[in-house]
Amino acid sequence: MDHSTAAVTHDKSVWDGGASPMGMSYGKLMMWFFLMSDAFTFSGLLITYGLVRSANPAFEGAAEAFQFATTHWPIPEKVFEAVPFLHGIQLPLVFVGFMTFVLIMSSVTMVLAVEAGHRMDRAAVEKWMLWTLVGGITFLSCQAWEWTHFIIGSETPTLMKVFSAKLGNWEEVKVFGANLQVNQYGPPAFADFFFFITGFHGFHVFTGVLFNFLIFYNAVTGVYDRRGHYEMVEKVGLYWHFVDLVWVFVFTFFYLV
Amino acid sequence: MAHKEPQIIVLPPDQAKIKKLWKVAFILLLVTVIEFIIAFTLPHGPAKTSLFVFLTIVKAGYIVGEFMHLKYEVKVLFWGVLIPMIFVVWMLVTFVYEGSQIVPL
Repeated sequence: MDHSTAAVTHDKSVWDGGASPMGMSYGKLMMWFFLMSDAFTFSGLLITYGLVRSANPAFEGAAEAFQFATTHWPIPEKVFEAVPFLHGIQLPLVFVGFMTFVLIMSSVTMVLAVEAGHRMDRAAVEKWMLWTLVGGITFLSCQAWEWTHFIIGSETPTLMKVFSAKLGNWEEVKVFGANLQVNQYGPPAFADFFFFITGFHGFHVFTGVLFNFLIFYNAVTGVYDRRGHYEMVEKVGLYWHFVDLVWVFVFTFFYLV
Repeated sequence: MAHKEPQIIVLPPDQAKIKKLWKVAFILLLVTVIEFIIAFTLPHGPAKTSLFVFLTIVKAGYIVGEFMHLKYEVKVLFWGVLIPMIFVVWMLVTFVYEGSQIVPL
C-alpha cells in the first residue's frame, strides 16, 4: 500500500514524466545543478585572484633573496612555511600538504560509505561516515590553526608604509600578521584573497561536516533502512567530493603557483 | 499495530570496486607528491605553472569521474557538466592576461 505512488509513474510516457531526466533521481540531479552553480562561484573567486595577481608585479630575483613588501606579490611558499609544534623551522607547504592529504582521504572514506550504502550495509556506512567526519573535522582544525598563524604572524615584523587616516599622511609602521587592511606578507589584496577564498572553502567544509553528521545520525537510527535505500549518502557524497575538488584547485592556484 | 522492521538484505562488499577506489586514491596522492617535488625543483615560470594546471586537471578528472561517478552517468549529463567549464577556462586565461596589461598599481 505504501509504495502505490511510485507504481503510477510507470504507466506514463517519457514526455509525461515517466522517466527521470538523464537517468538520475531528482535529488541527485538537483545536487549536480547546485554544484555547477557553486563551481561558477569558486571560479569567480579564483579568476579574480588570477587577475589581481597578474596585475601586481612578481618578485624579481633569486628566491633566497625574497623579502615581504607591498611592492610585489609574495611567493606563497615563503608565506606558508609553518607547522604546529615546530616553531621556527621553515617547512614550506608541508602543513597545507598534510591538509590536502586529509581531505583526499576523507573523500575516499566517503565514496566507500556510498559503496556500502548500495549494498544496504548499515554497519559499513556508519564506519565510513565516521571516518569521513574525522577527516572533515581534522581539516577544519588545521585551517583554524593556519588562519590563527596567518593573522598573528611571526616575531619578525615587516616595515611597511601605511596611510594613517588620523594623521593624514603615510607613515612607516611595523606590521605583524594580517587583517583586511594591511598584512606583513605583501599587498593588502593578498590577505583579502586568502581570507575570502580559503574562508569560503572552509565554510563549505563546515556545512559538509554538518551534512555528513546528519547522514551518520540517520544511518545509525535506521532511517535509511526503513526508507529502503541509502541515496542520501550519495547526494551528500557528491557535495563532499566537490569540496575536495575545490580544495585541489585552491591548493594549486593559491599555494603552488 | 506493532511496527514491523523491514527485511534488509545486506550484500557482500564488491571487492573489485573497492580495490579500484583505493587505486584512484593512490593516484591522487601520488600526483600531489609529484606536485610537491615540482614545487621545489623547477624554477618559477610559465612552464611550471602550466605543469601545475595540467596535474590539477588530472586530479580533478579522477575526483569528478570516479568519486563523483560522472564517467558512468548518461552522456548528456557528462557533457552538460563539462562543456560549461570550457568557458571558465577561457575566462581564467582572459582575465589573467588582462591583469598583466593593467598599469602597475
